[in-house]
Amino acid sequence: MNFAYYPGCSAAGSSADYEMSTRAVCRALKIGLQEIPDWNCCGSTPAHAVDTELSAALCVRNLDLAARMDAATVVTPCPSCLSNLKHAGKRMENPDFRARVNELLDNPAAETLPEVTSVMQGIASCRSAADIAANVCKPLKGLKIAAYYGCLMSRPAGLMQFGDPENPTLMESLLAACGAEMVDFPLKTECCGASFGIPERPMTAINSGRILEVASNMGVDAIAVACPLCQMNLDLRQKQASKAVNVFFNMPVLYYTQLMGLAFGFDPRELGLHKLCVSADPLLQKLDGLRREEALAEAKAKAAEGGNA
Amino acid sequence: MNNAIDISRMRDPSFTAEVEAQSGQKVSTCYQCGNCTAGCPASFVYDRQVNQIMRGVQLGLKDQVLNSRSLWMCLSCSTCSLRCPNDIDVAAVMETLRHMARKEGRVTVPKVEKFWFSFLDTVRRFGRTYEIGTMALYMLRSMRVFTDVDLAPTALAKQKLGFKPHVTPNGGAEAVGRILKRYEERAKREGVRP
Repeated sequence: MNFAYYPGCSAAGSSADYEMSTRAVCRALKIGLQEIPDWNCCGSTPAHAVDTELSAALCVRNLDLAARMDAATVVTPCPSCLSNLKHAGKRMENPDFRARVNELLDNPAAETLPEVTSVMQGIASCRSAADIAANVCKPLKGLKIAAYYGCLMSRPAGLMQFGDPENPTLMESLLAACGAEMVDFPLKTECCGASFGIPERPMTAINSGRILEVASNMGVDAIAVACPLCQMNLDLRQKQASKAVNVFFNMPVLYYTQLMGLAFGFDPRELGLHKLCVSADPLLQKLDGLRREEALAEAKAKAAEGGNA
Repeated sequence: MNNAIDISRMRDPSFTAEVEAQSGQKVSTCYQCGNCTAGCPASFVYDRQVNQIMRGVQLGLKDQVLNSRSLWMCLSCSTCSLRCPNDIDVAAVMETLRHMARKEGRVTVPKVEKFWFSFLDTVRRFGRTYEIGTMALYMLRSMRVFTDVDLAPTALAKQKLGFKPHVTPNGGAEAVGRILKRYEERAKREGVRP
Protein backbone atom coordinates (compact mmCIF):
# COMPACT_ATOMS: atom_id res chain seq x y z
CA MET A 1 0.00 0.00 0.00
CA ASN A 2 1.32 3.44 -0.99
CA PHE A 3 0.29 6.86 0.25
CA ALA A 4 1.36 10.37 -0.68
CA TYR A 5 2.92 11.74 2.49
CA TYR A 6 2.67 15.23 3.97
CA PRO A 7 5.03 15.34 7.00
CA GLY A 8 4.15 18.85 8.21
CA CYS A 9 6.65 21.41 9.47
CA SER A 10 7.06 20.12 13.00
CA ALA A 11 8.37 16.84 11.55
CA ALA A 12 11.63 18.64 10.85
CA GLY A 13 11.75 20.41 14.22
CA SER A 14 9.88 19.87 17.44
CA SER A 15 8.41 16.50 16.49
CA ALA A 16 11.35 14.87 14.73
CA ASP A 17 10.70 11.86 16.97
CA TYR A 18 7.16 11.52 15.61
CA GLU A 19 8.56 11.58 12.11
CA MET A 20 11.23 8.97 12.88
CA SER A 21 8.76 6.62 14.55
CA THR A 22 6.03 7.10 11.93
CA ARG A 23 8.44 6.16 9.16
CA ALA A 24 9.78 3.21 11.17
CA VAL A 25 6.32 1.80 11.90
CA CYS A 26 5.13 2.22 8.30
CA ARG A 27 8.32 0.59 7.03
CA ALA A 28 7.71 -2.40 9.32
CA LEU A 29 4.11 -2.67 8.14
CA LYS A 30 5.24 -2.34 4.48
CA ILE A 31 3.25 0.84 3.95
CA GLY A 32 4.92 3.16 1.44
CA LEU A 33 5.06 6.87 2.27
CA GLN A 34 5.93 9.00 -0.76
CA GLU A 35 6.72 12.50 0.41
CA ILE A 36 5.02 15.25 -1.58
CA PRO A 37 7.93 17.00 -3.31
CA ASP A 38 8.48 20.59 -2.26
CA TRP A 39 5.51 20.66 0.13
CA ASN A 40 4.90 23.86 2.09
CA CYS A 41 3.43 24.77 5.47
CA CYS A 42 -0.36 24.33 5.71
CA GLY A 43 -0.54 27.67 7.55
CA SER A 44 -1.65 25.97 10.76
CA THR A 45 -3.83 27.97 13.19
CA PRO A 46 -2.40 31.40 12.29
CA ALA A 47 -3.47 31.17 8.63
CA HIS A 48 -7.03 30.02 9.24
CA ALA A 49 -7.44 32.44 12.14
CA VAL A 50 -6.42 35.26 9.80
CA ASP A 51 -8.26 34.27 6.63
CA THR A 52 -9.99 31.14 5.32
CA GLU A 53 -8.97 31.70 1.70
CA LEU A 54 -5.33 32.29 2.60
CA SER A 55 -5.31 29.09 4.66
CA ALA A 56 -6.92 27.17 1.80
CA ALA A 57 -4.44 28.51 -0.76
CA LEU A 58 -1.48 27.32 1.33
CA CYS A 59 -3.10 23.89 1.71
CA VAL A 60 -4.27 23.54 -1.88
CA ARG A 61 -0.77 24.09 -3.25
CA ASN A 62 0.16 20.84 -1.47
CA LEU A 63 -2.96 18.97 -2.54
CA ASP A 64 -2.35 20.08 -6.10
CA LEU A 65 1.23 18.74 -5.99
CA ALA A 66 -0.14 15.48 -4.57
CA ALA A 67 -2.77 15.28 -7.31
CA ARG A 68 0.06 15.23 -9.84
CA MET A 69 1.69 12.31 -8.00
CA ASP A 70 -1.32 10.26 -8.89
CA ALA A 71 -1.85 9.10 -5.34
CA ALA A 72 -5.47 8.65 -4.40
CA THR A 73 -4.85 9.46 -0.75
CA VAL A 74 -2.56 11.80 1.16
CA VAL A 75 -1.68 10.89 4.74
CA THR A 76 -0.30 13.21 7.39
CA PRO A 77 0.72 12.49 10.98
CA CYS A 78 -0.22 15.96 12.30
CA PRO A 79 -3.88 16.60 13.22
CA SER A 80 -3.56 20.34 12.66
CA CYS A 81 -2.24 19.83 9.11
CA LEU A 82 -4.91 17.17 8.62
CA SER A 83 -7.69 19.49 9.69
CA ASN A 84 -6.46 22.33 7.46
CA LEU A 85 -5.89 20.13 4.40
CA LYS A 86 -9.30 18.47 4.80
CA HIS A 87 -11.12 21.77 5.31
CA ALA A 88 -9.41 23.21 2.24
CA GLY A 89 -10.29 20.19 0.08
CA LYS A 90 -13.91 20.36 1.19
CA ARG A 91 -14.24 24.12 0.67
CA MET A 92 -12.79 23.86 -2.84
CA GLU A 93 -16.00 22.05 -3.84
CA ASN A 94 -17.68 25.45 -3.73
CA PRO A 95 -16.99 27.09 -7.15
CA ASP A 96 -16.95 30.67 -5.80
CA PHE A 97 -14.51 29.72 -3.07
CA ARG A 98 -12.37 27.80 -5.57
CA ALA A 99 -12.19 30.84 -7.85
CA ARG A 100 -11.07 33.08 -4.97
CA VAL A 101 -8.38 30.59 -3.93
CA ASN A 102 -7.18 30.07 -7.51
CA GLU A 103 -6.59 33.83 -7.69
CA LEU A 104 -3.98 33.42 -4.96
CA LEU A 105 -2.18 30.48 -6.59
CA ASP A 106 0.40 30.44 -9.40
CA ASN A 107 -1.78 28.03 -11.40
CA PRO A 108 -5.42 27.06 -10.90
CA ALA A 109 -5.67 23.94 -8.72
CA ALA A 110 -6.41 20.51 -10.18
CA GLU A 111 -10.13 19.81 -10.62
CA THR A 112 -9.99 16.71 -8.46
CA LEU A 113 -7.93 16.96 -5.31
CA PRO A 114 -6.84 13.82 -3.47
CA GLU A 115 -8.44 12.58 -0.25
CA VAL A 116 -6.57 13.36 2.95
CA THR A 117 -6.48 11.20 6.04
CA SER A 118 -4.38 10.69 9.15
CA VAL A 119 -1.46 8.25 9.15
CA MET A 120 -3.34 6.44 11.93
CA GLN A 121 -6.41 5.90 9.76
CA GLY A 122 -4.17 5.12 6.81
CA ILE A 123 -2.54 2.29 8.77
CA ALA A 124 -5.92 1.00 9.98
CA SER A 125 -7.37 1.13 6.46
CA CYS A 126 -4.89 -1.37 5.09
CA ARG A 127 -3.56 -3.33 8.09
CA SER A 128 -5.70 -5.39 10.45
CA ALA A 129 -5.08 -5.90 14.17
CA ALA A 130 -3.73 -9.34 13.26
CA ASP A 131 -1.25 -7.79 10.76
CA ILE A 132 -0.04 -5.45 13.48
CA ALA A 133 0.17 -8.23 16.08
CA ALA A 134 2.21 -10.27 13.60
CA ASN A 135 4.92 -7.58 13.68
CA VAL A 136 5.10 -7.46 17.47
CA CYS A 137 8.21 -9.04 18.91
CA LYS A 138 8.22 -7.21 22.25
CA PRO A 139 4.61 -7.00 23.45
CA LEU A 140 3.61 -3.98 25.54
CA LYS A 141 1.70 -6.33 27.88
CA GLY A 142 1.75 -5.00 31.41
CA LEU A 143 2.03 -1.34 30.38
CA LYS A 144 -0.96 0.80 31.27
CA ILE A 145 -1.46 3.55 28.69
CA ALA A 146 -3.92 6.44 28.27
CA ALA A 147 -4.70 7.34 24.65
CA TYR A 148 -5.05 11.10 24.24
CA TYR A 149 -6.31 12.39 20.88
CA GLY A 150 -6.70 16.09 21.54
CA CYS A 151 -9.35 18.17 19.87
CA LEU A 152 -8.62 18.21 16.15
CA MET A 153 -8.32 14.53 15.31
CA SER A 154 -12.04 13.81 15.64
CA ARG A 155 -13.61 17.23 15.14
CA PRO A 156 -15.60 18.44 13.28
CA ALA A 157 -17.04 14.94 13.18
CA GLY A 158 -18.58 15.13 9.69
CA LEU A 159 -15.32 16.20 8.10
CA MET A 160 -12.80 14.18 10.11
CA GLN A 161 -14.68 10.84 9.98
CA PHE A 162 -12.84 9.53 13.00
CA GLY A 163 -15.55 7.49 14.70
CA ASP A 164 -17.29 8.82 17.80
CA PRO A 165 -15.99 12.41 18.08
CA GLU A 166 -16.13 12.31 21.90
CA ASN A 167 -14.87 8.78 22.25
CA PRO A 168 -12.59 7.73 19.41
CA THR A 169 -10.96 4.34 19.94
CA LEU A 170 -8.63 3.82 16.99
CA MET A 171 -5.43 4.52 18.93
CA GLU A 172 -6.55 2.06 21.60
CA SER A 173 -7.11 -0.59 18.93
CA LEU A 174 -3.63 -0.13 17.47
CA LEU A 175 -1.86 -0.15 20.83
CA ALA A 176 -3.98 -3.00 22.20
CA ALA A 177 -2.89 -5.01 19.15
CA CYS A 178 0.65 -4.41 20.46
CA GLY A 179 -0.37 -5.81 23.84
CA ALA A 180 -0.77 -2.57 25.83
CA GLU A 181 -3.43 -2.26 28.50
CA MET A 182 -5.48 0.78 27.49
CA VAL A 183 -7.39 2.69 30.16
CA ASP A 184 -10.72 4.37 29.47
CA PHE A 185 -9.37 7.92 29.51
CA PRO A 186 -12.18 10.42 30.06
CA LEU A 187 -10.25 13.49 28.81
CA LYS A 188 -9.12 11.90 25.55
CA THR A 189 -10.62 14.59 23.33
CA GLU A 190 -10.29 17.61 25.64
CA CYS A 191 -8.17 20.47 24.30
CA CYS A 192 -4.61 20.80 25.70
CA GLY A 193 -4.50 24.57 25.16
CA ALA A 194 -3.10 24.37 21.64
CA SER A 195 -0.84 27.10 20.33
CA PHE A 196 -1.64 29.52 23.14
CA GLY A 197 1.38 28.25 25.12
CA ILE A 198 3.32 31.21 23.79
CA PRO A 199 0.89 34.17 23.89
CA GLU A 200 -1.35 33.00 26.76
CA ARG A 201 0.58 30.49 28.83
CA PRO A 202 -1.79 30.12 31.84
CA MET A 203 -4.63 28.89 29.63
CA THR A 204 -2.48 26.18 28.07
CA ALA A 205 -0.85 25.24 31.37
CA ILE A 206 -4.17 24.77 33.17
CA ASN A 207 -5.74 22.73 30.37
CA SER A 208 -2.67 20.51 29.99
CA GLY A 209 -2.40 20.23 33.76
CA ARG A 210 -5.88 18.77 34.05
CA ILE A 211 -5.13 16.16 31.41
CA LEU A 212 -1.87 15.16 33.12
CA GLU A 213 -3.53 15.09 36.53
CA VAL A 214 -6.34 12.75 35.49
CA ALA A 215 -3.93 10.47 33.63
CA SER A 216 -1.60 10.28 36.58
CA ASN A 217 -4.47 9.58 38.97
CA MET A 218 -5.42 6.66 36.75
CA GLY A 219 -1.95 5.24 37.35
CA VAL A 220 -0.86 5.00 33.72
CA ASP A 221 2.76 4.42 32.71
CA ALA A 222 2.49 6.88 29.83
CA ILE A 223 0.16 9.01 27.76
CA ALA A 224 0.05 8.15 24.07
CA VAL A 225 -0.54 11.07 21.70
CA ALA A 226 -0.92 11.67 17.97
CA CYS A 227 -0.39 15.43 17.79
CA PRO A 228 2.93 17.33 17.88
CA LEU A 229 1.38 20.29 19.67
CA CYS A 230 -0.35 18.15 22.32
CA GLN A 231 2.96 16.33 22.81
CA MET A 232 4.82 19.60 23.28
CA ASN A 233 2.27 20.97 25.73
CA LEU A 234 2.19 17.79 27.82
CA ASP A 235 5.92 16.98 27.64
CA LEU A 236 8.11 20.08 27.10
CA ARG A 237 5.63 22.21 29.05
CA GLN A 238 4.96 19.60 31.75
CA LYS A 239 6.66 21.68 34.46
CA GLN A 240 4.57 24.74 33.54
CA ALA A 241 1.43 22.58 33.69
CA SER A 242 2.58 21.16 36.99
CA LYS A 243 2.92 24.64 38.49
CA ALA A 244 -0.46 25.73 37.14
CA VAL A 245 -2.38 22.92 38.84
CA ASN A 246 0.03 22.55 41.77
CA VAL A 247 0.69 18.82 41.30
CA PHE A 248 4.05 17.24 40.51
CA PHE A 249 4.11 15.07 37.41
CA ASN A 250 6.64 12.71 35.96
CA MET A 251 4.58 11.42 33.08
CA PRO A 252 6.20 10.25 29.84
CA VAL A 253 4.22 11.42 26.82
CA LEU A 254 4.97 9.27 23.78
CA TYR A 255 3.69 9.32 20.24
CA TYR A 256 1.57 6.24 19.58
CA THR A 257 4.03 5.40 16.79
CA GLN A 258 6.89 5.33 19.31
CA LEU A 259 4.98 2.78 21.40
CA MET A 260 4.17 0.69 18.34
CA GLY A 261 7.79 0.91 17.26
CA LEU A 262 8.95 -0.38 20.65
CA ALA A 263 6.59 -3.33 20.32
CA PHE A 264 7.94 -3.96 16.81
CA GLY A 265 11.42 -4.26 18.33
CA PHE A 266 12.97 -1.01 17.07
CA ASP A 267 15.80 0.50 19.06
CA PRO A 268 14.51 3.38 21.25
CA ARG A 269 16.98 5.76 19.57
CA GLU A 270 15.64 4.90 16.13
CA LEU A 271 12.23 6.00 17.41
CA GLY A 272 13.59 9.25 18.82
CA LEU A 273 12.82 8.38 22.46
CA HIS A 274 15.92 10.35 23.50
CA LYS A 275 14.11 13.50 22.36
CA LEU A 276 11.40 13.22 25.00
CA CYS A 277 11.77 15.85 27.73
CA VAL A 278 10.23 13.63 30.39
CA SER A 279 12.35 10.50 30.13
CA ALA A 280 10.72 7.25 29.09
CA ASP A 281 13.56 5.24 30.67
CA PRO A 282 11.46 4.01 33.65
CA LEU A 283 8.87 2.78 31.17
CA LEU A 284 11.54 1.02 29.08
CA GLN A 285 13.01 -0.58 32.20
CA LYS A 286 9.58 -1.74 33.33
CA LEU A 287 8.91 -3.21 29.89
CA ASP A 288 12.28 -5.00 29.80
CA GLY A 289 11.70 -6.26 33.34
CA LEU A 290 8.28 -7.62 32.48
CA ARG A 291 9.52 -9.41 29.38
CA ARG A 292 12.53 -10.81 31.26
CA GLU A 293 10.31 -12.19 34.02
CA GLU A 294 8.06 -13.73 31.42
CA ALA A 295 10.99 -15.35 29.64
CA LEU A 296 12.30 -16.63 32.95
CA ALA A 297 8.92 -18.07 33.96
CA GLU A 298 8.63 -19.69 30.55
CA ALA A 299 12.11 -21.20 30.83
CA LYS A 300 11.31 -22.51 34.30
CA ALA A 301 8.05 -24.04 33.10
CA LYS A 302 9.92 -25.70 30.24
CA ALA A 303 12.59 -26.98 32.58
CA ALA A 304 9.92 -28.36 34.91
CA GLU A 305 8.21 -29.99 31.96
CA GLY A 306 11.54 -31.47 30.88
CA GLY A 307 12.13 -32.77 34.42
CA ASN A 308 8.78 -34.46 34.47
CA ALA A 309 9.24 -36.15 31.15
CA MET B 1 -17.63 42.31 37.10
CA ASN B 2 -20.83 42.83 35.21
CA ASN B 3 -21.13 40.21 32.50
CA ALA B 4 -24.64 41.08 31.44
CA ILE B 5 -25.21 42.36 27.92
CA ASP B 6 -26.99 45.69 27.93
CA ILE B 7 -29.57 45.39 25.15
CA SER B 8 -30.52 49.04 25.32
CA ARG B 9 -27.30 49.89 23.51
CA MET B 10 -27.06 50.46 19.79
CA ARG B 11 -28.25 47.44 17.84
CA ASP B 12 -27.41 46.61 14.26
CA PRO B 13 -29.75 44.03 12.70
CA SER B 14 -27.64 43.82 9.54
CA PHE B 15 -24.81 42.46 11.71
CA THR B 16 -26.83 39.32 12.53
CA ALA B 17 -27.55 38.72 8.84
CA GLU B 18 -23.92 39.30 7.89
CA VAL B 19 -22.61 36.84 10.49
CA GLU B 20 -25.13 34.21 9.39
CA ALA B 21 -24.25 34.69 5.72
CA GLN B 22 -20.48 34.62 6.23
CA SER B 23 -20.46 31.66 8.61
CA GLY B 24 -23.26 29.75 6.90
CA GLN B 25 -24.78 29.13 10.33
CA LYS B 26 -28.28 29.83 11.58
CA VAL B 27 -27.36 31.66 14.77
CA SER B 28 -31.03 32.53 15.26
CA THR B 29 -31.78 28.92 16.24
CA CYS B 30 -29.66 29.23 19.41
CA TYR B 31 -31.92 28.90 22.45
CA GLN B 32 -29.24 29.58 25.06
CA CYS B 33 -28.88 26.10 26.53
CA GLY B 34 -25.29 26.94 27.48
CA ASN B 35 -23.77 23.65 26.31
CA CYS B 36 -21.11 25.52 24.33
CA THR B 37 -20.00 27.45 27.38
CA ALA B 38 -20.10 24.38 29.62
CA GLY B 39 -17.62 22.52 27.41
CA CYS B 40 -15.37 25.45 26.44
CA PRO B 41 -11.76 24.90 27.59
CA ALA B 42 -11.01 28.62 27.29
CA SER B 43 -14.10 29.89 29.15
CA PHE B 44 -12.04 30.88 32.19
CA VAL B 45 -10.14 33.50 30.22
CA TYR B 46 -13.16 34.83 28.27
CA ASP B 47 -14.66 38.22 29.04
CA ARG B 48 -17.96 37.10 27.49
CA GLN B 49 -18.95 33.44 27.38
CA VAL B 50 -19.64 31.72 24.05
CA ASN B 51 -23.38 31.59 24.65
CA GLN B 52 -23.32 35.33 25.42
CA ILE B 53 -21.50 35.95 22.15
CA MET B 54 -24.18 33.94 20.34
CA ARG B 55 -26.91 35.98 22.03
CA GLY B 56 -25.07 39.16 21.13
CA VAL B 57 -25.05 38.12 17.47
CA GLN B 58 -28.80 37.39 17.60
CA LEU B 59 -29.43 40.83 19.06
CA GLY B 60 -27.15 42.60 16.60
CA LEU B 61 -24.85 43.96 19.32
CA LYS B 62 -21.98 44.41 16.92
CA ASP B 63 -19.62 46.43 19.10
CA GLN B 64 -19.98 44.25 22.17
CA VAL B 65 -19.38 41.12 20.12
CA LEU B 66 -16.54 42.28 17.87
CA ASN B 67 -14.69 43.99 20.72
CA SER B 68 -14.80 40.89 22.92
CA ARG B 69 -11.47 39.42 24.01
CA SER B 70 -13.04 35.98 23.78
CA LEU B 71 -12.76 35.95 19.98
CA TRP B 72 -8.98 36.02 20.35
CA MET B 73 -8.78 33.44 23.11
CA CYS B 74 -10.86 30.82 21.27
CA LEU B 75 -8.78 27.66 20.83
CA SER B 76 -10.76 26.52 17.75
CA CYS B 77 -11.20 23.10 19.38
CA SER B 78 -14.81 22.81 18.14
CA THR B 79 -16.17 21.30 21.36
CA CYS B 80 -18.98 23.88 21.23
CA SER B 81 -19.94 22.90 17.67
CA LEU B 82 -19.97 19.22 18.56
CA ARG B 83 -22.27 19.67 21.54
CA CYS B 84 -24.72 22.20 20.11
CA PRO B 85 -28.19 20.61 20.15
CA ASN B 86 -29.21 22.80 17.20
CA ASP B 87 -26.22 21.83 15.07
CA ILE B 88 -24.81 25.32 14.94
CA ASP B 89 -21.11 25.22 14.10
CA VAL B 90 -20.34 27.62 16.94
CA ALA B 91 -16.59 27.49 16.31
CA ALA B 92 -17.21 28.59 12.71
CA VAL B 93 -19.24 31.53 14.03
CA MET B 94 -16.39 32.46 16.38
CA GLU B 95 -13.94 32.25 13.50
CA THR B 96 -16.17 34.41 11.30
CA LEU B 97 -16.39 36.99 14.07
CA ARG B 98 -12.61 36.95 14.48
CA HIS B 99 -12.21 37.55 10.75
CA MET B 100 -14.76 40.39 10.80
CA ALA B 101 -13.08 42.01 13.80
CA ARG B 102 -9.62 41.72 12.25
CA LYS B 103 -10.71 43.15 8.91
CA GLU B 104 -12.06 46.20 10.72
CA GLY B 105 -8.86 46.54 12.73
CA ARG B 106 -10.52 45.63 16.03
CA VAL B 107 -7.84 43.56 17.73
CA THR B 108 -8.57 43.44 21.45
CA VAL B 109 -5.77 40.98 22.27
CA PRO B 110 -2.89 42.16 20.06
CA LYS B 111 -0.35 39.65 21.39
CA VAL B 112 -2.33 36.77 19.87
CA GLU B 113 -2.38 38.41 16.45
CA LYS B 114 1.33 39.26 16.81
CA PHE B 115 2.04 35.60 17.38
CA TRP B 116 0.11 34.65 14.22
CA PHE B 117 1.96 37.21 12.11
CA SER B 118 5.31 36.08 13.49
CA PHE B 119 4.43 32.54 12.45
CA LEU B 120 3.23 33.57 8.99
CA ASP B 121 6.32 35.72 8.40
CA THR B 122 8.55 32.67 8.68
CA VAL B 123 6.26 30.73 6.36
CA ARG B 124 6.40 33.57 3.84
CA ARG B 125 10.18 33.59 3.95
CA PHE B 126 10.97 29.87 4.02
CA GLY B 127 7.78 28.14 2.83
CA ARG B 128 7.77 26.18 6.06
CA THR B 129 7.51 27.06 9.72
CA TYR B 130 10.73 28.07 11.42
CA GLU B 131 10.15 27.66 15.13
CA ILE B 132 13.05 29.70 16.53
CA GLY B 133 12.37 32.42 13.96
CA THR B 134 8.72 32.58 15.01
CA MET B 135 9.73 32.94 18.67
CA ALA B 136 12.29 35.63 17.90
CA LEU B 137 9.86 37.66 15.79
CA TYR B 138 7.16 37.30 18.41
CA MET B 139 9.49 38.52 21.16
CA LEU B 140 10.42 41.53 19.05
CA ARG B 141 6.82 42.36 18.19
CA SER B 142 5.37 41.86 21.65
CA MET B 143 8.39 43.13 23.61
CA ARG B 144 8.01 40.01 25.74
CA VAL B 145 11.64 38.97 25.57
CA PHE B 146 11.40 36.44 28.38
CA THR B 147 8.64 34.37 26.80
CA ASP B 148 9.36 30.71 27.55
CA VAL B 149 13.02 31.23 28.48
CA ASP B 150 12.43 28.55 31.13
CA LEU B 151 11.96 26.05 28.30
CA ALA B 152 15.06 27.01 26.35
CA PRO B 153 17.60 24.74 28.12
CA THR B 154 15.49 21.59 27.66
CA ALA B 155 14.30 22.49 24.18
CA LEU B 156 17.86 23.10 23.03
CA ALA B 157 19.36 20.08 24.79
CA LYS B 158 16.76 17.81 23.20
CA GLN B 159 17.22 19.56 19.85
CA LYS B 160 13.51 20.26 19.84
CA LEU B 161 14.10 23.43 17.87
CA GLY B 162 16.06 23.48 14.64
CA PHE B 163 18.54 26.33 14.45
CA LYS B 164 18.47 26.31 10.69
CA PRO B 165 15.24 27.09 8.85
CA HIS B 166 13.91 24.36 6.56
CA VAL B 167 13.55 25.99 3.20
CA THR B 168 11.42 24.19 0.64
CA PRO B 169 13.95 22.96 -1.90
CA ASN B 170 12.45 23.60 -5.34
CA GLY B 171 10.95 27.05 -5.42
CA GLY B 172 8.22 26.25 -2.90
CA ALA B 173 9.26 29.09 -0.62
CA GLU B 174 8.96 31.57 -3.48
CA ALA B 175 5.56 30.14 -4.45
CA VAL B 176 4.34 30.57 -0.86
CA GLY B 177 5.74 34.11 -0.80
CA ARG B 178 3.69 34.86 -3.93
CA ILE B 179 0.51 33.41 -2.34
CA LEU B 180 0.91 35.73 0.66
CA LYS B 181 1.73 38.69 -1.57
CA ARG B 182 -1.37 38.16 -3.73
CA TYR B 183 -3.47 37.76 -0.58
CA GLU B 184 -2.22 41.07 0.82
CA GLU B 185 -2.65 42.92 -2.47
CA ARG B 186 -6.20 41.65 -2.82
CA ALA B 187 -7.08 42.64 0.75
CA LYS B 188 -5.76 46.12 0.03
CA ARG B 189 -7.81 46.33 -3.18
CA GLU B 190 -10.90 45.24 -1.29
CA GLY B 191 -10.25 47.76 1.44
CA VAL B 192 -9.81 45.34 4.32
CA ARG B 193 -6.98 44.80 6.75
CA PRO B 194 -4.93 41.80 5.54
